[in-house]
Amino acid sequence: MLEAILALFACQLIGEAIARGLGLPVPGPVLGMLLMFTALQLRDIRLRQVHHSEPLHSSIQSRPIGITSAFLLSHLSLLFVPAGVGIISHLKTLSMHGVGLVVALVVSTALSLAVTALVFAKLSKSTGADLPHTNKATE
Amino acid sequence: MNRVETLWVYLTATPLLWLTATLAAYVIADHLSKATQRNPLMNPVLFSVIILASLLWITGTAYETYFNGAQFVHFLLGPATVALAIPLHQNWLKIRQSIIPILGALVAGSLTAIVSAVAIGLLFGMPADVLASLAPKSVTAAIAMGISQEIGGQPSLTATLVISTGILGAIMVTPLMNAMGLKDFRARGFAAGVASHGIGTARAFQVDPVAGAFAGIALGLNGLLTAILVPIVMRWFFN
Repeated sequence: MLEAILALFACQLIGEAIARGLGLPVPGPVLGMLLMFTALQLRDIRLRQVHHSEPLHSSIQSRPIGITSAFLLSHLSLLFVPAGVGIISHLKTLSMHGVGLVVALVVSTALSLAVTALVFAKLSKSTGADLPHTNKATE
Repeated sequence: MNRVETLWVYLTATPLLWLTATLAAYVIADHLSKATQRNPLMNPVLFSVIILASLLWITGTAYETYFNGAQFVHFLLGPATVALAIPLHQNWLKIRQSIIPILGALVAGSLTAIVSAVAIGLLFGMPADVLASLAPKSVTAAIAMGISQEIGGQPSLTATLVISTGILGAIMVTPLMNAMGLKDFRARGFAAGVASHGIGTARAFQVDPVAGAFAGIALGLNGLLTAILVPIVMRWFFN
């Protein structure tokens, strides 16, 4: 577990260092995610060469990195709470443009949700990438 | 000073008080969400914020004092972003097979989010700096604030609009997708990530692991694309 936490922190740290060092507009954690992803993919390739068989993707769930990340991501909502409480100090600006901003946020968010999902579904059907994953569809 | 006041002064000086309060508020909000079978209206971020904002207001505590404790939770956003690599890795085959839907939906959704927000803002006669603050609202706060700054917006207003968009998207995505009859969790999750960044992604993980993985990749890709598109769209509107 400790190694998993170390791996997450280390990837973020390297990501921040690269982003800062090269003056990239990408946040360090996003680069850290790419790093971690690359490391996991490379590990699979190595395992495939050693064992001459397909690695089981499900096995990562039982490894410390899988358990730690599943825990973090299952409580991702919690991590947005401190920033969310910050809204209260800006309620004045929000109410100044009150109706307009609320309409803009609600309509624009609903539109982008609908357009994204529709285009995804259409292209998925027309390119044959259609493998509907529909368990718990009523959720 | 009486003893209660002395104790209060002592407690408010340590980060432990508001750190504990943040966890407690979230545990209550998460229980409410679970008890209602993850009803989207019972959004855990929204309810935690309401509980904590009320507490700060009642006790007359400044946000800075609160954040002094809550920053330890906030800090974990970075490692959690790195952790998105694991579902990405697990679902890599599905993601690779959906590369065309992913890219098409990304461009369409990203443009819709920016153009519709700015257009509605113009209709309401908002000043240029508010429009600039509004344009990048659908991407994760770190990227959105950078874009806002670059095009003459107010980064702190952008942060507020980003969080509000996240909560709205997390609440709307399930009923909207059900109403549209869209059952593909790849599409649903991807839409949540494009339109409402990390808070939408948190919602997607609540509902389905595949939706969560697709929301995670959408959040990353849209962050990059929005940084490119916003300055271009703003030039369309103002030239």
